Amino acid sequence: MGVSKEDVEGILTSAMKPTHLQVVDTSGGCGASFEIEIVSEQFEGKKLLERHRMVNAALAEQMKEIHALSIKKAVTPSKWNPIPKVQEE
Amino acid sequence: CSATQDAELKSTIDKVVNSEKVVLFMKGNKDFPQCGFSNTVVQILKSLNVPFQTFDILENNVLRQGLKEYSSWPTFPQLYIDGEFFGGCDITLEAYQNGDLQECLEKAMCS
Repeated sequence: MGVSKEDVEGILTSAMKPTHLQVVDTSGGCGASFEIEIVSEQFEGKKLLERHRMVNAALAEQMKEIHALSIKKAVTPSKWNPIPKVQEE
Repeated sequence: CSATQDAELKSTIDKVVNSEKVVLFMKGNKDFPQCGFSNTVVQILKSLNVPFQTFDILENNVLRQGLKEYSSWPTFPQLYIDGEFFGGCDITLEAYQNGDLQECLEKAMCS
């Protein structure tokens, strides 16, 4: 039994209370590879390594089946500034 | 018994991560990475011109499982600087882009 994008979203939503969460299934449907962007107050005062550990810990059970988990962003809401598109003059 | 084996494995890993300033546990080796994530870290380290030692975890399943517990990190590659776990591919890439990795490596090389 694989892990679905919805499983990952559900677990992270309840564990991390994110203000922004984007989970992308990069496995082509088999559910073994995901990319994650997560913004949460719980990352406040935590170093990058600790923030990643929190995400890994929340998904500990699923990590047994997930082959590749790429955490693209794990930041606090105050650090969350999606880069604005540069306007051509 | 398994507790003794665990302690032995931990002390072996201690020795290995302290054997060089920069140690990378990866899939494949620095000349033939077997996975894109491992390759990314190898390319970053090569571009920074730091000496580093790699170990192929695909060839040693005991080491592979032991390292996951040692660092409480579920995936590979795993980068160690100055005997300390630094992170996996995403952390290394982000730290490289914001300059933290260079700073950390410089500190390690001077220590």
